[in-house]
Amino acid sequence: MQRIGVFVCHCGTNIAATVDVKKVAEMALHEPGVVHAEDYAYMCSEAGQELIHKAIKEKHLTGLVVCSCSPRMHETTFRNAAEKAGLNPYMVEIANIREHCSWIHKDIEEATEKAVILMRAAIAKVNLDAPLKPGESHVTKRALVIGGGIAGIQTALDIAEAGYPVDIVEKTPSIGGRMSQLDKTFPTLDCSSCILTPKMGEVNAHPNINIYTYSEVESVSGFVGDFTVEIRRKARSVDMDKCTGCGVCQDKCPSKKTPSEFNRGLGTRSAIYTPFAQAVPNVPVIDRDACIKFKTGKCGICSKVCLAGAIDYDQTDEIVTEKYGAIVVATGFDMIKLDKYDEYAYSQSKDVITSLELERIMNAAGPTGGHLERLSDGKAPKEIVFIQCVGSRCADDRGKSYCSKVCCMYTAKHAMLIRDKYPDVNVTVFYIDVRTPGKNFDEFYRRAVEEYGVNYIKGQVGKVIPQPDGKLLVQGADLLDNKQILKEADMVVLAAAIEPNPDVRKIATMLTASIDTNNFLTEAHAKLRPVESPTAGIFLSGVCQGPKDIPETVSQAGAAAVKAIGLLAKDKLLTNPCTAQSDELLCNGCSQCANVCPYGAITYENKEVNDHGIREIRRLAVVNDALCQGCGACTVTCPSGAMDLQGFSNRQILAEVDAICR
Amino acid sequence: MSIEKNEEFRPKIVAFCCNWCSYAGADLAGSSRMTYSADVKIIRVPCSCRVNPMFILRAFERGADGVIMCGCHPGDCHYTSGNYYARRRMTLLFSMLDYIGVESGRTRVEWVSAAEGAKFSETMHEFVDKITSLGKNVRLEDLRCRNL
Ligand SMILES: Cc1cc2nc3c(=O)[nH]c(=O)nc-3n(C[C@H](O)[C@H](O)[C@H](O)COP(=O)(O)OP(=O)(O)OC[C@H]3O[C@@H](n4cnc5c(N)ncnc54)[C@H](O)[C@@H]3O)c2cc1C
Ligand code: SF4
Ligand code: SF4
Repeated sequence: MQRIGVFVCHCGTNIAATVDVKKVAEMALHEPGVVHAEDYAYMCSEAGQELIHKAIKEKHLTGLVVCSCSPRMHETTFRNAAEKAGLNPYMVEIANIREHCSWIHKDIEEATEKAVILMRAAIAKVNLDAPLKPGESHVTKRALVIGGGIAGIQTALDIAEAGYPVDIVEKTPSIGGRMSQLDKTFPTLDCSSCILTPKMGEVNAHPNINIYTYSEVESVSGFVGDFTVEIRRKARSVDMDKCTGCGVCQDKCPSKKTPSEFNRGLGTRSAIYTPFAQAVPNVPVIDRDACIKFKTGKCGICSKVCLAGAIDYDQTDEIVTEKYGAIVVATGFDMIKLDKYDEYAYSQSKDVITSLELERIMNAAGPTGGHLERLSDGKAPKEIVFIQCVGSRCADDRGKSYCSKVCCMYTAKHAMLIRDKYPDVNVTVFYIDVRTPGKNFDEFYRRAVEEYGVNYIKGQVGKVIPQPDGKLLVQGADLLDNKQILKEADMVVLAAAIEPNPDVRKIATMLTASIDTNNFLTEAHAKLRPVESPTAGIFLSGVCQGPKDIPETVSQAGAAAVKAIGLLAKDKLLTNPCTAQSDELLCNGCSQCANVCPYGAITYENKEVNDHGIREIRRLAVVNDALCQGCGACTVTCPSGAMDLQGFSNRQILAEVDAICR
Repeated sequence: MSIEKNEEFRPKIVAFCCNWCSYAGADLAGSSRMTYSADVKIIRVPCSCRVNPMFILRAFERGADGVIMCGCHPGDCHYTSGNYYARRRMTLLFSMLDYIGVESGRTRVEWVSAAEGAKFSETMHEFVDKITSLGKNVRLEDLRCRNL
């Protein structure tokens, strides 16, 4: 029989205001095995843990139930406290009487009754708990960063600086991400490539960093400390070692009509191309869909003009297999598609553009050489209207429910830059709210209004109507003056919502990392573990986790690096001991369990068993503790009931069911 | 006032929640103070694939009036494929329960992610309403188990 101690936490008033904690503790003493029960203001505090320590020692407890907040919050705290007092940490169960009880119920009697039942279930479970010992697994001291935007770049640099090797996998031909497409950056207006290019160079030169561009993660297996990843290096058709980056091939390539992804389709590029001049690595790729040689077998000009002999039409995709201890996801974002926002005439007029397209137009290396002009007729605009929150903060399912966070600031930036360079151009911004919480952000926005005379109108635009003379008629409302507004504009810029890169679903599935309904990767705890995924060994960096500007992205990237470094610095990891085990006397070696195990943790061995005096050799299932992740799939599949899960055994769950239904 | 509904009936409801998504979703419902009935009691399991049909039958045998199982959305299982196994097993079990005459509304499977606190609470509201309208489980309860 166990000797169980029950500890009921008040959590200040969080629990005690709705649950009669004294009564719960009192009721505990009527339960089988319980020899000690008390309540305390904050069980997780030093003093609370001291009470646990004392009770374990004095009452010779063999098991604990803590009635408190969610086990996802403090299970580890209480397990550690138990261990310090010499009790096996797996002899601790938590009854979640905060998140699942006091916080959602109002009636004290009802909440108390429920708390008692949850406590009974936990006691029933502890009664059947057995001490468990975690195994050990090794840590591969190498990190993988998926995505080479500013987030991935910063994370890789920080990990590499700490002395660990890092690989970056970037799916486009160059690292740099969205930041390489931006012209100037708020809130200081320094030029984006001037601050990004040196960092890209640093990554390229760092002895601990290895970059796979034009590559994608193909598969991931293993677990924290020991992931095995297959990386597909797409055929570049150019030998990375031979290419000198002279660029002759790009000049001479006759196929020049492909819309440039980098310029958001506003300009064209050749079939053999680097996305932009400062690309890292400075080695082009051949877009086989656009290349005449690949389409018709003729041409081959690039190969003729390349003095280095680097062109290789026969290259094939290559799969590299590498082991990693930690993986950082930094896959960033894209802007939403605007097909559901027909009212803004994006698809009808070339002069209705997105903010990211405007970045390219303003950029000296962009499709218009940095001249602000209408894409329809090349004329200089006189009247520009910005529309905010296109698809952000949207109540219906056309858009996104969240605020994209960066648009208010980049629009203020755009407005200011335009008014600075072209003082005769009028700029009007339609907004719902202007959101500028950030260091020097509100000052920045006020400068746009006060110094640069940008006309901000609080209100939404209902429709943009292209006129026969090429102008755009903007129909909006001014909510402060309570009047309708009709405005003729030469150009309309849409602050389209940002969304996670659509690829991220595939990546998340491979990593078994969770994503939210908007496809942003979920953090392990919204407040306390914001850069870790709930899946051990997976960390989050940049906009893939939620909308962010560059300073925030860089801070988060550093934080993710620190978490990865903390993991790589360990020599051994303790593994979860809640693994499956098969009962040798019940197992009939049918192989059903191995079929459902997602980790290949089950194998079969011929073993000698002693079945009630009969000794014989039988084929039996054997679970590899290092591979088993404790999902329990096998336990339900097993037709003979031989397979059971430690820490969540059949008897324990049934005991919980019984306690709840009593 | 004579034909009044039996206000006294409070159903016993067992909810199996996987640790990674729905249990966390229930935690989020809690920290967002999204109320639902105290009749729901949650049992934490590592994955929905840990839920043996036997657990559900046992709950009914012991007098539960409804059993709901929640897991990660298909494709998002922490263990890659666990919820697919769970889905198949539950489909089979529920059709069997249907066959022996247990109202199909007494059981339910719902996918709730860690970010869906609101969905968790709404689902529980709906389920409790449904079970309350079905009334006491008389078909499966083993009376010998009463007051065990
Ligand atoms: C119009 C506009 C203007 C902005 N202006 C400013 C500004 O002035 N100041 C400011 O601070 N912020 C600004 N921002 C925000 C800024 O762009 C972001 O904060 C920053 O780019 C986020 O970096 P990231 O690395 O997280 O994502 P990204 O820059 O999107 O990088 C992600 C990288 O991952 C790669 N990738 C994606 N999927 C995969 C995959 N499956 N496998 C491999 N690689 C993959 C992508 O190709 C990309 O290179 C602006 C944003 C927009 C839209
Ligand atoms: S940051 Fe501003 S413009 Fe952008 S979505 Fe949020 S409120 Fe709208
Ligand atoms: S519990 Fe899951 S991981 Fe462990 S052996 Fe069984 S099926 Fe495999």
